[in-house]
Amino acid sequence: MLLIPCPYCGERPEIEFSYGGQAHLVRPPRPAELSDEEWARYLYVRENPRGRHAERWRHLRGCGRFFNAIRDTTTDRIAATYRVGEAPP
Amino acid sequence: MVEKGWIGGGNTGRNTTIIRSNYLFDESIAIYEHALKLWEGLSQDLNYNVMYSPRGVMMLAHNVHDAQMMKRIMHANRANGVDNEWLTPEQAKAFCPPLEIGSHLRYPVVGATLQRRGGTARHDAVAWGYARAADALGVDILENCEVTGIRRGASGAVEGLETTRGPIRTPKVGVVAAGNSSVVMRMAGVTLPLESFPLQALVSEPVKPVFPCVVMSNAIHAYISQSDKGELVIGAGTDAYTSYTQRGALHVDMHTLEAICELFPCFRRLKMLRNWGGIVDVTVDRSPIIGLTPVPGLYVNCGWGTGGFKATPGSAHVFAWTVAKGEPHPIAAPFSLERFRDGAMIDEAAAAGVSH
Repeated sequence: MLLIPCPYCGERPEIEFSYGGQAHLVRPPRPAELSDEEWARYLYVRENPRGRHAERWRHLRGCGRFFNAIRDTTTDRIAATYRVGEAPP
Repeated sequence: MVEKGWIGGGNTGRNTTIIRSNYLFDESIAIYEHALKLWEGLSQDLNYNVMYSPRGVMMLAHNVHDAQMMKRIMHANRANGVDNEWLTPEQAKAFCPPLEIGSHLRYPVVGATLQRRGGTARHDAVAWGYARAADALGVDILENCEVTGIRRGASGAVEGLETTRGPIRTPKVGVVAAGNSSVVMRMAGVTLPLESFPLQALVSEPVKPVFPCVVMSNAIHAYISQSDKGELVIGAGTDAYTSYTQRGALHVDMHTLEAICELFPCFRRLKMLRNWGGIVDVTVDRSPIIGLTPVPGLYVNCGWGTGGFKATPGSAHVFAWTVAKGEPHPIAAPFSLERFRDGAMIDEAAAAGVSH
């Protein structure tokens, strides 16, 4: 089980959190102007990297807030967590 | 055939060996039933005993919603000529005596579907049988040879592979890399609608034959069978986060073991021998991707998620056909990469059997 440092509450066990997938995905402002290809890319295509991954978590059974984390998917070590709106470290 | 590790050392050797074709949609039933029919003659075809054992796959319903959904799947199966039947709790108990069906259960058993032709096979034997049969047909199997690049020509078409043991020239490459599909396909500049998660399984200490079939419960998440070595083979769920570590968190296993102990009280004092994780590549609709890619000469067979073993012979057959002819096999056609663009999903989340 991961120990996840919530930027608001500190280190808590993983079962208090829900996972939100790849971070920094921006919804296109005018979806109707996109091609089907571009819209599918936004909806479904993910980096799924082997290594450094910026991802969203939510402290669901704690403060309830969303935040982002940098985790290495080959070790599961969390290098940093940061608040929504902040740039990845 | 270029393999980073050794044959059968990846998810082939890490899965719970369950075989069934009781999916919901016609497209899925077609490919999984194609595979099941091939399983039935596979030991003869490969001249190698893969220990296919059609001992029956029973899926439990714990509430009215489960029962409605599972009956819908059962009728979809039967409309497609696939065997599936509904059992009362008493009939389920008769088919699988260790099952607890008392009303005191937190999630009581209200019924079950049974696919009698479903069952298990010996995963290592499947890998070895296929390897030997392929070798006899002249296939070169290169182990401990990691692909490090996919070489493309000026037109964009595939020209060959870079590997840790040197380059290979070829006009066609079929990528079947399971959890690492995103990583390998990115070498050719292709991104995929995939996320890779750890999926765990565990086995108990070996005991005498005690469990006659495969039992699955989607609602409380447990599936269990007994191997010919006597170990109870138990499948847990995926972890919450994407990872390539081939291990998962203990609380995921505990969640499954709690359900197993509730459904099968006779196993409460059994010791677990070992647990492990495999990396599964999951699509949003829980169906695989088989077919052509935007890169000429590059083919992909991935996205099998939490349940690819059962499809092995069918998946291999339609993929080989697709690569050889350069066009999708009719059974594989609905599973194209374009279905995400076109919105033609094959949403098997309910029938996939593993919670995500």
